[in-house]
Amino acid sequence: MTVIEARSVRKAFGTTIALDSFNLHLEEGRILGIIGPNGAGKSTALNAILGLTSYEGELKVLGRDPWMERDRLMRDVCFIADVAVLPRWMRVSHALDYVAGVHPRFDRTKAEAFLAKTSISKRAKVRELSKGMVTQLHLALVMAIDARLLVLDEPTLGLDILYRKQFYDSLLNDYFDRSRTIVVTTHQVEDIQHVLTDLMFVDRGHIVLDCSMDDLESSYVELIVHPENIAAARALQPIHERQALGRNTLLFDLKRHPIDRQQLSTLGEARTPAISDLFVAVMGSRSGQTQGATL
Amino acid sequence: MNTPSNTVSQEFETNGSAPAVMAATQPIYWSLRREFWENRYLYIAPLSVAAVFLFGYLIAAIHSPGQLRALLALGHAHNHDEVSGPFDISAALMMGTAILMSVFYCADALHGERRDRSILFWKSLPVSDVTTVLVKASIPLLILPVLVSAITVVMQFLMLLLGSVVMLATGGSVATLWANVPILQMSLLMLYHVLTAHALWPAPVYCWLLLVSGWARRATLLWAALPIVAIGGLEKIAFNTSHFATLVGERFIGASAVVASTDAFPTDPMTRITPAAFLASPGLWVGLAIAAVFLAAAVKLRRYQGPI
Repeated sequence: MTVIEARSVRKAFGTTIALDSFNLHLEEGRILGIIGPNGAGKSTALNAILGLTSYEGELKVLGRDPWMERDRLMRDVCFIADVAVLPRWMRVSHALDYVAGVHPRFDRTKAEAFLAKTSISKRAKVRELSKGMVTQLHLALVMAIDARLLVLDEPTLGLDILYRKQFYDSLLNDYFDRSRTIVVTTHQVEDIQHVLTDLMFVDRGHIVLDCSMDDLESSYVELIVHPENIAAARALQPIHERQALGRNTLLFDLKRHPIDRQQLSTLGEARTPAISDLFVAVMGSRSGQTQGATL
Repeated sequence: MNTPSNTVSQEFETNGSAPAVMAATQPIYWSLRREFWENRYLYIAPLSVAAVFLFGYLIAAIHSPGQLRALLALGHAHNHDEVSGPFDISAALMMGTAILMSVFYCADALHGERRDRSILFWKSLPVSDVTTVLVKASIPLLILPVLVSAITVVMQFLMLLLGSVVMLATGGSVATLWANVPILQMSLLMLYHVLTAHALWPAPVYCWLLLVSGWARRATLLWAALPIVAIGGLEKIAFNTSHFATLVGERFIGASAVVASTDAFPTDPMTRITPAAFLASPGLWVGLAIAAVFLAAAVKLRRYQGPI
C-alpha cells in the first residue's frame, strides 16, 4: 500500500525555490533516508508531507491531503521535527497525560515502559532534562503511538554518539515492523547506513538520486585501486576520485557506464560505497557542473 | 508480497475503530489543561490577589474592630455602602486582575508556542487549529470570568466569616452584618458583570490580541496597539474627530451602561441588571461578529505559521 505519493511538488518562498518537481512514491514497510546539504529542501519536503507548509503540485499521504487534513492525518502519522520542540515548561507526566488524552492510538504503558529504561523522572520538567533525555522522551512518546508513518527530521542533531546509536537501535528493534514506514533526514549519514531501505539525495530543491539500498549495492562500486592500476582504473570513467592515506579510491556508477565487476576487482579492492562517500561524489560532480556552467 | 500487505491492512481496519472510541471533547479538555500547565498565573495570580486582600481585611478587622460594629449600629439604610465597601473593592480588584491576565494571556497565546518552537510538537498531534484557537479564546471569554468569580465568592465568604468573628468578639450583631452583605446575590451579579462587561462586550479586543499574537514575530502588544493609535491619529489629524478612539475605548471599558441600568457598583444588590437590553444591543452582536472574523483569521494563520 502506498504511504506517500508526491507528484511535481513545488514550494517557493518569494523568489527562492525550496523544492521543485519533487516526486516520491513510498510503499509501506520502507525506511527512506533523505540526505542533502543545508538548505537543500529536505525539511520543506517533510513539512509538506506533514501538512506544516502549503505547496503546489499533488501530494497524498495515506490517501489524504496533508495541508487540508493535518489533524486527521496526525492520527496515523507521527513526527519528531527537531530535538528541541517539546515545550520546556511541560512535566514528563503532563506530556504523557496530554498525548494519552488527545491521541486515540497512544499506548501509555508502552511509553512508560520505555521511559523506565531511562533515567528520566516523571516529575521532571522538560527544561531540566539534557538534550539526549528530551530526545529519549520524545521517542518514548512517538514509539508508543501506533502510527503508520513516522517522520524524523534531524532527530539526533546535537546528540552524542551513544544516544544516536541507542536512538536508531530502539527505532529498529522496538518500533519498526513491516507495517510501518519511516522517513528520516539527517546529516549523520553513517548512523543510518544500515537502517535504510531507500535513499534519496536532494540538492537545491531537486532530487539528484533516488534508489533503494539494493539498487545502490548493484549500481555503485567503490574501488581502492592498486597504485599500478591507477591509469587503467581511471580509463573506466569513475564518477569520483579521492585520495586517502596515499591510496586512490574511485567510485563507479555501473548504470551510467556498465563495467564488469570481475574486471574491477582485478584492479583493486571493490566494495559497496558508504552513503557519505556516495553523497560527496554525487554532490561534488553536481557542484562541478554548476561551476562549469557559471564560469 | 501480497499476503503480508493484506494482513497489514486488516490490522489497520481493526485498529481503525480506535479513533471513534475517543470522545470529541477529549482534545478540548486536554487543550484546556495544557493552557493551565503552561500559564500557571491563570490561577496563581487571582489566588494571590485574593490572599493579599484577605490579609489586609484581617489587619483592618484587628486594627479597628469597633469601627465595623459602630457602622452597623448606625442603621441599615445609610451605612450600607460603608459596610459593603471592602467587598466592592475586593470585587473590583479581582475584576482588574482578570482584565490584566486576559490581556497578557491573549498577547502571548499564539506567540509563545512559536517562540519556543513547541508548535511543531502540538501540530504533530491530532488536534486541529480550530480547537487550539477556540480553546485559547475561551480563556478570556469564559474560563477566567468563571474562575475569578468563583475565587471572589470564596474570598468574600471568608471576609464575611472574619467579620462575623469580629462581631461576636465585640458584641455586635452577626445577622445585621450578613443582611448587609447578601453574598449569593453579590456573587451572581459579579459573574453576570464579568461575563457580559469584561468578556462578551470586549470580545473583539481579546480576539484582536489573539490574532496579533499569532502573527507578530515579537512585541505583540505593540503591534496590537499600533494600528489603533495610527487610525485614531489619522482621524484626528484629517477630520479633527476621535470616533475611532472612543469606539475602541468603549469596547474595552464602556459596557457598564449596557449591562445594567443603575450607576451603583456592579455587584451592589441595588444594581438592576438589564440582560435583555444587553442581548438586544446591536453593539454586542457587531462586536461578536468582528471577534469571530478575528478568530477565523487566527485559525487560518496558525495553519501557516511555524516556529519563529
